[in-house]
Amino acid sequence: MASTQTLEKIYDLIAPLNKRGIELTPETTFAAGLQLDSLTVMDLVAEIEDEFDIVLPLNLLPNLETIEDVANAVEKIVSEGN
Amino acid sequence: MDLLDKFDATVALRASLPFENADPFKVVMQEIISETEAIIDGRHTILAGTNNYMGMTFNEDALAAAKKAIDDFGTGTTGSRVLNGTYNGHKALEATIADFYGMEHCMVFSTGYQANLGMISALGGKDDFVIIDADSHASIYDGCSMGNATIVRFKHNDVENMERRLKRLPEGAGKLLVVEGIYSMLGDAAPLKELLEVGKKYGCMTLVDEAHSMGFCGENGRGVAEQLGVEHLVDFYVGTFSKSVGTIGGFAVSNHPKFDVLRFVTRPYIFTASLPPSVVASATASIEAIKRSGNRRAHLWENARQLHAGLKKAGFDLATPEAQSPIIAVHLPDAMVGTRFWETLLLEGVYANMAAPPATPAGMFLMRVSVCAQHTSEQIDEIIKRFTITANKVGLELKP
Repeated sequence: MASTQTLEKIYDLIAPLNKRGIELTPETTFAAGLQLDSLTVMDLVAEIEDEFDIVLPLNLLPNLETIEDVANAVEKIVSEGN
Repeated sequence: MDLLDKFDATVALRASLPFENADPFKVVMQEIISETEAIIDGRHTILAGTNNYMGMTFNEDALAAAKKAIDDFGTGTTGSRVLNGTYNGHKALEATIADFYGMEHCMVFSTGYQANLGMISALGGKDDFVIIDADSHASIYDGCSMGNATIVRFKHNDVENMERRLKRLPEGAGKLLVVEGIYSMLGDAAPLKELLEVGKKYGCMTLVDEAHSMGFCGENGRGVAEQLGVEHLVDFYVGTFSKSVGTIGGFAVSNHPKFDVLRFVTRPYIFTASLPPSVVASATASIEAIKRSGNRRAHLWENARQLHAGLKKAGFDLATPEAQSPIIAVHLPDAMVGTRFWETLLLEGVYANMAAPPATPAGMFLMRVSVCAQHTSEQIDEIIKRFTITANKVGLELKP
């Protein structure tokens, strides 16, 4: 379970892309919920990488459906890096 | 469950575009009059949306070589390069390309798509990293999906963004940096000097795809790396015969002493039939001709500059500040204008490419025009004139 702090940082990065004003929760999905296309998701990934100073490999993307999935992946990568 | 249901959204998107008189995905070239003209739907049309940059599709030597090869060797090889599908012609073509690039080794693939698929999936192993530009061609992305490496993507042509990512990778790991010389949608050139220098600083091997720059960039037409004087930083070139060379097929060249092992581990090279002898012969003749084509190269660049300047003066919103390649892309505001513009332009007798997401970056809609060395300067003027007429007809505001 990802920390609130990680989730909040990711919410901030998603905010400018959330054109339909969907409420952001850990369960919000990128495709069905936020309706982001795959290219926008890849750009978002780049911003998340820079925010957390990590590499979030493109290969992981198919498994990351919700905001919480991403937050968990980020925390795992951050902890592995330390 | 109907497995095709998952494409309903694509069908709906396609149906929502207001095509009335033509369909960009169903254009049929009824007659090819020359490198630059065809009959489409009964109309005489200027071709301004092909990849025939050097205009080699009717090169006399290439035609003669292809005809002779058909007579001598038949219509196809019916086999893989590693079984019965390597003829003298395939070896001669590989030697011709290696010589063209001034490198030791060359492998010829059946398409350029497969060359990227094969090279990237073979080079990037399980514990390696492949670092790619966000706007990479589909064949690069698919090569990444096919292999087992970890894929890292940086912002298009952004050296600083790339370096930030390279810094995060383990120092001793295997790394392949993949970039293109010219990007095919916007026609913009890569800052290869900076990208490759930084890549080398972080221990990357480098692969440069010169598909859209071979033939006319650099003194010998090897591509952007030659033009910028950074060929010594390139470990692998990938290229294609389906653009400047005027036929079909792909290749990879390198000076790496172990290069030949790739013939045994690269699946898109092994598990497909080799190119037919006629294609091999015409590609060889065409590359030989390209070597001697200094004037043609110069005229292609004149055409590109003339088109860019003319469209700019007419008030179109162009994707690059100057002509960086024979691809000149014009921004259109949305799918509706894009659709109507493409259709009206075709009825005016100019075929260009409508480029839309996901083929384009950042949701852009583009009219992608590509010029040919065989276009006359009158034809370029005509393309500019018909662009302006089309803009007026579809209500696209021009800002001269």
